[in-house]
Amino acid sequence: MYVADSRASTPAPASVEGTARPATAGRYRSTIAPTVLALGTVSLVTDVSSEMVTAVLPLYLVAGLGLSPLGFGLLDGVYNGFSAVVRLVGGHLADRGGGRHKWVAGAGYALSALCKPLLLIAHSLTPIGLILAADRTGKGLRTAPRDALISLSSTPETRGRAFGVHRAMDTAGALLGPLAAFLILRATVDGYDAVFTVSFCVAVLGVLILVLFVPSGGRTEPAAPGARPTLRAALGLLADRDLRRITLCALLLGLATVSDSFVYLLLQRRLGVPDRWFALLPLGTAAAFLLLAVPLGRLADRWGRWRVFLAGHAALLLAYALLLASWHGTALPYAVLALHGTFYAATDGVLMAAASDSVPEALRSSGLALVQTGQAATRFACSLGFGAAWTLWGDRTALSVSAVALAGCAAYALTLRPFREAAV
Amino acid sequence: MTVRSRLLILLSALAVLGAVALASVLHASARAERRDHTQAGGPKVTAGTVTLTAPGRMVFRNMAWGPHRDELSTVPAASPSGPRTASGVKCLRFYAAAGTGVCLQAVHGPVSDTYRALILDANLHATAHYDVPGIPSRARVSPTGHYAAWTAFVGGDSYAGTNFSTRTAIADTRTGELIPTLESFRVLKDGRSYHSADANFWGVTFASDDTTFYATLATKGSTYLVRGNLRTRTLTTLHANVECPSLSPDGTRIAYKKRVRGLPKDAPWRLYVLNLSTMRETPLAEPRSVDDQAVWKDAHTIVYALPGDYGADLYEVPADGTGKPRRISVSAVSPAYVG
Repeated sequence: MYVADSRASTPAPASVEGTARPATAGRYRSTIAPTVLALGTVSLVTDVSSEMVTAVLPLYLVAGLGLSPLGFGLLDGVYNGFSAVVRLVGGHLADRGGGRHKWVAGAGYALSALCKPLLLIAHSLTPIGLILAADRTGKGLRTAPRDALISLSSTPETRGRAFGVHRAMDTAGALLGPLAAFLILRATVDGYDAVFTVSFCVAVLGVLILVLFVPSGGRTEPAAPGARPTLRAALGLLADRDLRRITLCALLLGLATVSDSFVYLLLQRRLGVPDRWFALLPLGTAAAFLLLAVPLGRLADRWGRWRVFLAGHAALLLAYALLLASWHGTALPYAVLALHGTFYAATDGVLMAAASDSVPEALRSSGLALVQTGQAATRFACSLGFGAAWTLWGDRTALSVSAVALAGCAAYALTLRPFREAAV
Repeated sequence: MTVRSRLLILLSALAVLGAVALASVLHASARAERRDHTQAGGPKVTAGTVTLTAPGRMVFRNMAWGPHRDELSTVPAASPSGPRTASGVKCLRFYAAAGTGVCLQAVHGPVSDTYRALILDANLHATAHYDVPGIPSRARVSPTGHYAAWTAFVGGDSYAGTNFSTRTAIADTRTGELIPTLESFRVLKDGRSYHSADANFWGVTFASDDTTFYATLATKGSTYLVRGNLRTRTLTTLHANVECPSLSPDGTRIAYKKRVRGLPKDAPWRLYVLNLSTMRETPLAEPRSVDDQAVWKDAHTIVYALPGDYGADLYEVPADGTGKPRRISVSAVSPAYVG
């Protein structure tokens, strides 16, 4: 077996981690922890709710309210910075003992839920922008505590699979949401109010499932003095060689990860995907993510999270290469989307599983928030850089530069080998 | 709490939430029936023949509730509030000139709605159709009827997709040839070739020479009036802060919406007319924010839509900045003066 989490120096603390540990060592194909399934259900339901709104929002603004949203980024760059701070704060608050993960995550889910009925009374761009910002604040607040709960309620040997199951359920919700919204619009006339009301009901259901079925963990105050959940301790996590390297890798690779919308634009421009299919492209990525999240999570548990994480970036690199290739077969869009979904399945949950191994339990939420925020920040920087490169040199050159950068970052990350997982 | 009691709480909550959700959907679907009933005190609408060559008429999308809601309808241009004749053809946006129409409409598919542009002949029969990549916004036909243009909003695909771009296409109604996006044109800004991935175009208006057109270019937070050339496939910036231009019948002036400083972000526009030879701007007498691509009823009068009780109402105002706005028709949008 792999010794992913068996650090000889620190004795295994008595914790929820301990309670979920399978009885027989080496038998790591245990069932998925009920907490993970409960959190997966919460995420699925919440994603149905939020994607319902996302799907109808453009139509609502333009056709429902008669607004021209052009030129408005409703959520601008300033908000991106704020969102990063919220994420770190959420992670820190959750770590302050007494099983707060659940309640901080719950507050995040509740905030997003409360935003839905407000959409019924907001009829101009500024309040709608503020409501969306509050909605995203809720998302920022809940992400790290939720991932910490997933990692704390699964054994180190099955963490990749646990995250895989969660991400698959999450993505299933994201696929179902737009469909639900469309069915409501079809059954009604200008039924945006019905979409927002149903979205609210679904979101409340998500909060309720969290409150009723996710145990708060009942974690006692942290014992180890070096891991007291202060802000300083959270930042001090970076002194840990493993976590520092993981974060560095996530940052570097984030710098070369072209944002989704650019990938879809490139697909359309380079491969001539017809306009009417453009809106379906994200579904392709999501479908691949949904199908592969669990198998790749399991692979990460067996073969090594680090290897799967890097392989995911290799899939992305291959997708770039296909976009740059002169071959224009009909299968190409499918191949690119499959690789794009593979990239998410091999990196999103796997990174959290890997980072969990290097963060002490008492700081789990802060540590995961740190990695997520760093990655989000570099991806945002990459978007800005890619946009500028596209303007200056055109799409092909911009993508070539990204591909070279990605290959370079991956090669460097390969030499770092931050995750302790040498097979015994 | 036992699992049993938790499940009971969940089931009761599910029942309440399900009831609320169902009630909201039923309420919104009952709206369909209400809207199919003729609105009390609204304009009289009867089914009939609508042609794009009948002289002295206005053709528009009828928004009055009743069986002919959203159909292309016509009234005499001289009495726009009078009884309407509805055609049976449903459009979201519409324009027509010289016996050629363009109709942007929704196509209801099994898992989502898509949009398309129909090119209509004088009897409203479709002669061609094109996919429209997003929510229809503006539509225009050249004075010769030889070209049609449309703009669609293409939504962002990020979480809470809030960044929009536009796609503007031009079709040759004689050959069927389509320019899918004006982004393929070369932009000359301040005399130099200009490239930007954030360039967006919208609101085409055609001159009568089948070569020249005008449109809005937005880039880096500013908008510009651009003059386009269909032969050289170029766009040249002429003037800043111009959106949704509309060329006067004599080709000398542009009516447009201008973003005025100090107005709220939600309603930032005022109607202006720009003289193309002197580049002098004249504010029109409409005191409200107008978000529409205006049309010229004649050489002296601008017609535009403002939000109304049933979708939108049409107003007119003199093109020289004098006078005051007058409502000419309720529950109507996308007017075209034909014949």
